[in-house]
Amino acid sequence: MSDAKRKYALYLGCTVPVRAQNYELSARLIAKHFGIELVDIPEFTCCGFPIKSVDQRSSLVMAARNLALAEKQGLDMVTLCTACTGTQVEANHELKNDSDKLAEVNKILKKDGLEYKGTVNVHHFARLLYEDVGIDRIKQEVKVDLQNLAVGAHPGCHFTKPSEAFEDFDDPENPHVYDDLINATGARSNPYSERELCCGGAILGIRVDVAYAMVGKKLASIKESGSEAMILICPFCNVMYEQNQKKIEKELEQGFAMPCIYYTQLLGLALGYNPDELGFKINRVKPSKILERIGVTSEKTTT
Amino acid sequence: MNENQDAEAVEEVTKAQEPKVIKFDELDPNFKYEIQAEPSGEFITRCYACGTCTASCPVRSIEETFNPRRIIHMALLGMKKEVLSSEFVWLCSTCYACFERCPQDVRITEMMNALKNLAVKNGYIHPAFTAQIDLIQGHGRLYEADSFVNKKRAKIRLPELTESPDPIKAIFKATGLYEYSTEAKESKELPQSGNTEGGSNE
Ligand code: SF4
Ligand code: SF4
Repeated sequence: MSDAKRKYALYLGCTVPVRAQNYELSARLIAKHFGIELVDIPEFTCCGFPIKSVDQRSSLVMAARNLALAEKQGLDMVTLCTACTGTQVEANHELKNDSDKLAEVNKILKKDGLEYKGTVNVHHFARLLYEDVGIDRIKQEVKVDLQNLAVGAHPGCHFTKPSEAFEDFDDPENPHVYDDLINATGARSNPYSERELCCGGAILGIRVDVAYAMVGKKLASIKESGSEAMILICPFCNVMYEQNQKKIEKELEQGFAMPCIYYTQLLGLALGYNPDELGFKINRVKPSKILERIGVTSEKTTT
Repeated sequence: MNENQDAEAVEEVTKAQEPKVIKFDELDPNFKYEIQAEPSGEFITRCYACGTCTASCPVRSIEETFNPRRIIHMALLGMKKEVLSSEFVWLCSTCYACFERCPQDVRITEMMNALKNLAVKNGYIHPAFTAQIDLIQGHGRLYEADSFVNKKRAKIRLPELTESPDPIKAIFKATGLYEYSTEAKESKELPQSGNTEGGSNE
C-alpha cells in the first residue's frame, strides 16, 4: 500500500462545491493527511441524477462523459456526494456490462471528442478510506479523544444500494462499513430505529410536506436514541437535515437542534485538526457543546 | 391478487383524482409493453403483487396515496392515463429499499424511472424537472458557479469553479431532451406569443 500511487480524480458534482464547502474542505484535508492525491477536472458536469427521472438515456450519457474525462487522465474517480456516487456507479456498471449501450453512448460522446472504454472505477470517498486507508491505520492516527461521543450514522441510500452495482461491498440490510469508520474515530455509532430511512431529497421539489415529514421522523429518532449529532457523507442529505432543519422545526412544531457533521469533519477532529481548518464555521447547527467538551473550541465556531 | 385489492387500488386513485370507475374500454392493454420497451421497464410483468415494496417504502409510510405495488398493478391493468398523469409517479424518492427486497427482482426503483420517462413523453413532465433541465443545460450543473460562489471558495482556498454547459446542451440535443427545455419551447412559441403552458398543477 504505497502512498505515492494513490491518485484519483475528485468528482465534486453540483451540490458539494456550492452548498457543502465544509465537506469539500475537510475531505481535501483528510485526503492529504493519508497521502491520497486528488486531481481536479474542471470539465466535470452534473452526474445526471436529476435527469434520470426525465430521460434515463440522457442521464447515462452525462455520467459516461464524466467517466470518460477521468479515464482520459488514467484515473479512478472519487466522489463525495452519495447521490452522485449512486449515479456514477450504476452508469459505470451498466456500461461495463452492456456493450451496445456503451457504443450508443460513445456515439454521442464522440461529438465532444470523448470516448469511454470502461476502465474507470468509482469510489465514494468514505469507501476509499475504508478500503484503501483501512480502519487500523485510521485508528493509529487518532490523536484527540472523542470520548465515545454518541452519534447517529446516516450514509445516504446510494452508499450501498443498489447492492449489485456496488458489488456487495457492504450488506445494505445489515451494513457495518460506515459504522466501523465512525467507531474508528473514537466516537460511537449509536443505533436508532429509523436508521434506514431515506432523506427524501429526491422529492423535495415534488412534495415538500412529505420530504419534511421524512426528515422529521429521522431527526426525532436520532434524538430519542440519545445521540448528540448526526454524521453525514452526502451534501444533499445535509441540505435536508441541516440546511432545512430550522424550517422543518417550525413546520412540524418540533425542536431538534441536531448538529449535522460530515464524517470528514469528525475524523479531522480526531486527527487533531482545528475546527476552522475543517470548515466548522460553515455548519449551521453549531456543535459547540461537543467541540467544547473535547477541548477544541474556536471562537469562530461558537454561536 | 384478489378483487378486493383491485377495488382498493382503484379507490386509492379515485381519492387522489376525480371520482371514476375502471372503464374497460378505456384500459390500454398495450401499456405494459410500452413500459417494457423503456430502459429498465422490462421486468414489470414479473410482479406477483406480494406487497414487499409497499411495506418497505418510506414515502408510503407518510403519504398513503403513494403505493408502489398499486402503481405496478394499475400499470399492468392498462390504466395508462391514470398512472402517467398522476402526481404519484413522481413521488418515489429513489431509496432502493424496495429494489433490494423485491422477491421477483422487478427492479422497481429503475422501473419507476421508466414510468416517469413515459409520463414525460406523454406530455406530463413535472414542472420541477423542467426547471432542473434548464439549470443543468445552462450551467452544466444544478447551481450556477457565479462570482459569489467563487469568492466564497477563494476565501477558504478552494479551487475556482468553472462551468461547462455546452457539452450538456449538445448531449440534450442528441437525445432529444433539449426539446423539453424552456429555451426550446420559447423558441418554438415565439411566433404566437402569449401562449404559456400552465404546468400540471393538481
Ligand atoms: S415487491 Fe416485487 S413482486 Fe412484490 S409487489 Fe412489489 S414489485 Fe411486485
Ligand atoms: S425506491 Fe421509491 S418506491 Fe421503492 S421504497 Fe424507495 S421511495 Fe418507495
